[in-house]
Amino acid sequence: MKEKCLIYLDNNATTRVDGQVLDAMLPFLGENYANPSSIYSFGGVAQKAVAKAREQIRDFINAKSDKEIFFTASGSESANTAIRGVLESNKPKKHIITTKVEHPCVLNLYKTLEKQGYKVDYIGVDSNGDLNLDTLAETVNANTALVSCMWANNETGIIFPIEKISQIIKSKNQDTKLFVDAVQAAGKIPIDVQAANIDLLSISGHKFHAPKGVGALYVKSGTLFSPLIIGGHQERGKRAGTENVPYIVAIGEAARLAKEGLEYEATEVKRLRDKLESTILKTVFNARLNSGFNNRVPNTTNIGFEYIEGELILLHLSDFGICASSGSACTSGSLEPSHVLRAMGVPFTALHGSIRFSLSRFTTEKEVDSVISIMPRVIEKLVKLSPFQNELEELRRLRG
Amino acid sequence: MWDYTKEVMEHYRNPKNVGKIDDAEAIGEAGSLVCGDALKIYLKIKDNMVVDAKFQTFGCGSAVASSSVLTEMIIGKPLDEVKKITNKDIADRLGGLPPEKMHCSVMGHEALENALSKYFKEDVAPHEKDKMVCTCFSVTEKQILNAIKDNNLKTLEEVTNYTKAGGACGNCKADIQAILDKYYGSEISKAKPILTKTQRIIKINDIIENQIATELRKDGGDIDLIDIDDNKVYVELKGCCSKCKNSTMTLKNFVEATLREMLDEKIEVIEVEK
Repeated sequence: MKEKCLIYLDNNATTRVDGQVLDAMLPFLGENYANPSSIYSFGGVAQKAVAKAREQIRDFINAKSDKEIFFTASGSESANTAIRGVLESNKPKKHIITTKVEHPCVLNLYKTLEKQGYKVDYIGVDSNGDLNLDTLAETVNANTALVSCMWANNETGIIFPIEKISQIIKSKNQDTKLFVDAVQAAGKIPIDVQAANIDLLSISGHKFHAPKGVGALYVKSGTLFSPLIIGGHQERGKRAGTENVPYIVAIGEAARLAKEGLEYEATEVKRLRDKLESTILKTVFNARLNSGFNNRVPNTTNIGFEYIEGELILLHLSDFGICASSGSACTSGSLEPSHVLRAMGVPFTALHGSIRFSLSRFTTEKEVDSVISIMPRVIEKLVKLSPFQNELEELRRLRG
Repeated sequence: MWDYTKEVMEHYRNPKNVGKIDDAEAIGEAGSLVCGDALKIYLKIKDNMVVDAKFQTFGCGSAVASSSVLTEMIIGKPLDEVKKITNKDIADRLGGLPPEKMHCSVMGHEALENALSKYFKEDVAPHEKDKMVCTCFSVTEKQILNAIKDNNLKTLEEVTNYTKAGGACGNCKADIQAILDKYYGSEISKAKPILTKTQRIIKINDIIENQIATELRKDGGDIDLIDIDDNKVYVELKGCCSKCKNSTMTLKNFVEATLREMLDEKIEVIEVEK
């Protein structure tokens, strides 16, 4: 597909690399190839670049010290390092609390830990996607080693009140560590690990215009954690392996640009998202917003098209060059629809036809307008295929 | 991204025969909204021919393509031909489906079967004996067995790809494996009974007497068992058979084939003349 006809509204899946990020990293794929651990001044160039990136990440999430930042190869690695690292350093405690709507990279790790003897409690959400904080408070006990909670949900964009969650946990058990998966929050809303009193936090570069293959982990100083990857002394012995200098430079530069762009996200990206969302809800009779209107990252909307299946919608949108994603079972190869939408109690009529649009600072008004004009046509075509004509007629009568 | 064939893409982009037939002679249904795919197929039948067919499908690209191509495959066809269509035929006609999507062709076939059963007024209500195996996707033991038989499925993963059974909570995976083990276990025991030497001789004699000789006698021939040496079975053809120029054919295609099928693939039948 030619790039000019591409409308990319799947930025929660991955983002395009910002040109400035690419410019910053390229010299380290070219002439500046030294190992940052080397003693000669050629190595110093790489070392300084890594140090600068660390400072940029520190600034991005408002950590106290650069020493609290560790570079990894992905968001998943950051999460695995945080979770396993804390548990390994705190072996007698076998209780973990997380949510039902976490990303699979975290949920599947907890499934594994359950088999290894840990007890994991999964806190549910209501139909607006808000976390049940009372249950959380009741669940923390003296044996709770870790609470693990995402900041923003990848499918719905719903934001959890991390500061409040931290207060609840610490008031129940000061020693319980809070790990926050901030992969979908980074670059979309301000992150302040000190204000929110977070112990560990993970981010992934490719979700905010750095390339795939680089992530970072924040660990508050004084937090005990064992390394996941053991080997050399890199990252202060907490993550072995020669530093991936170009990609570390990239995530640093991307973090700098993301911080600068937060205002734009909160205003312009939000305006475009709201326009897309409200127009589709108005013009497509069987469209249903799968999350509450409040409390979401500015770029994400999740809309269910009742009685139509999501993959079929995506395939037809793809023919117009529109890229989005679906919580439908069929798109993933797994046979089950989105665990997030099911946890929220989204009805089956809309569950299988849920479409997520996620914008970025590169999304233009023209692109949004195209999708707005194409969407009703696609849905009307697909509605004809549905065996639920009576139900659809009823909806049309009620909402149309 | 799924690796869909040109045919699949053409059918989900421009599906054929979409809609319903108000005066249809038979309507078949498969799947459900909860499960994420549901299909209705409408058949107009005249003089034992499918003269028209339409469909309505809630499902992914390959589900729509399977339904669409199925209507094309049956319109203008006599019912006894339509009855023979399998899910594999549907998938083949589409140039193949990704393994994880084979259940779409199975659903198409199920809807067709459902329509035909209703047309012939067969009992379509679920039988008590038809045990529900996968409660997440409402898949019965019979449906699983049919998929295993029709598609020669060997593994649990294949059964899930073809029927969705076991694809959600996974609690029924052990039951599905048991169905697979039982199916192949029973086939093996049917094909290769373990017999002592004496039992084997008695069995061979039995087959020759009761199944082979009776057939040959109808044509004025006969057969005698002379000797058995491991896998070599020595027989004498008598009556018409002894003079028949096709006796070698009889020996190989009938006598030997029957013994092989009933007892052992390795059996060799040798004719002796007294």
